[in-house]
Amino acid sequence: MTRPEKTSRIAEEIDKNLRRAYDEVAQEELPDRFANLLQQLREKDSANPANGTGGEADE
Amino acid sequence: MNDNTPINPKDELVTHLGAMRAFAMSLTRNATLADDIVQDALVKAWNNIHSFKPGTNMRAWLFTILRNTYYSHHRKRQREVEDVEGTMTAGLAQKPDHDGRLQMRDFSVAFDQLPEEQREALILVGASGFSYEEAAETCGVAVGTIKSRINRGRARLTELMQLSDDDPLEATEAMTQSIVAQNQRLA
Repeated sequence: MTRPEKTSRIAEEIDKNLRRAYDEVAQEELPDRFANLLQQLREKDSANPANGTGGEADE
Repeated sequence: MNDNTPINPKDELVTHLGAMRAFAMSLTRNATLADDIVQDALVKAWNNIHSFKPGTNMRAWLFTILRNTYYSHHRKRQREVEDVEGTMTAGLAQKPDHDGRLQMRDFSVAFDQLPEEQREALILVGASGFSYEEAAETCGVAVGTIKSRINRGRARLTELMQLSDDDPLEATEAMTQSIVAQNQRLA
């Protein structure tokens, strides 16, 4: 094994650990505050459809 | 990505919230502040959904909004938080292990010490799977700038953690433990 290979292996290890930390947060269950907020946003959209640009997709 | 199903962009938006929280956490290194930023960015994105171009990368669009939210509104508050927590972090970092080397519970401590532009470049490309080009666009800089931030960030982490070419395996183990410790602290 040459030195450059080992060095890039450290880079890989760093990325692996970054990913692990990132994924852990990304896959966490969302805190309630977001469900509440989304509900508010959706209610606002349905109360005032003009604001819901893109919200009423053509289906 | 979704050729068949016309997806309401607001429904897609919701699917990126987890990633937004993870990215915000890497910027702020503080769970409460991170969620405040995600919340603000979510409202902005929701109200400006018409400016999202269907078929383009929504995650990159959202991360751009999130970044702008952080840099324009929350960064000052962040520094205040850091002042308080920095003291604790310094205490941790000064405790050397039996062999005199900092153990990487300390990966997160080392990561904290990187400038935020290196943290975000590392996370965008190294963790969230952005191409260099997407990361450059998200951060509003040239591709070469992103590459150099990543290189400097990795070099600095390597240095801070005293990783040497001779013991990459030991380093891995230390980093893994540190990430676990960090996440336990955050939990």
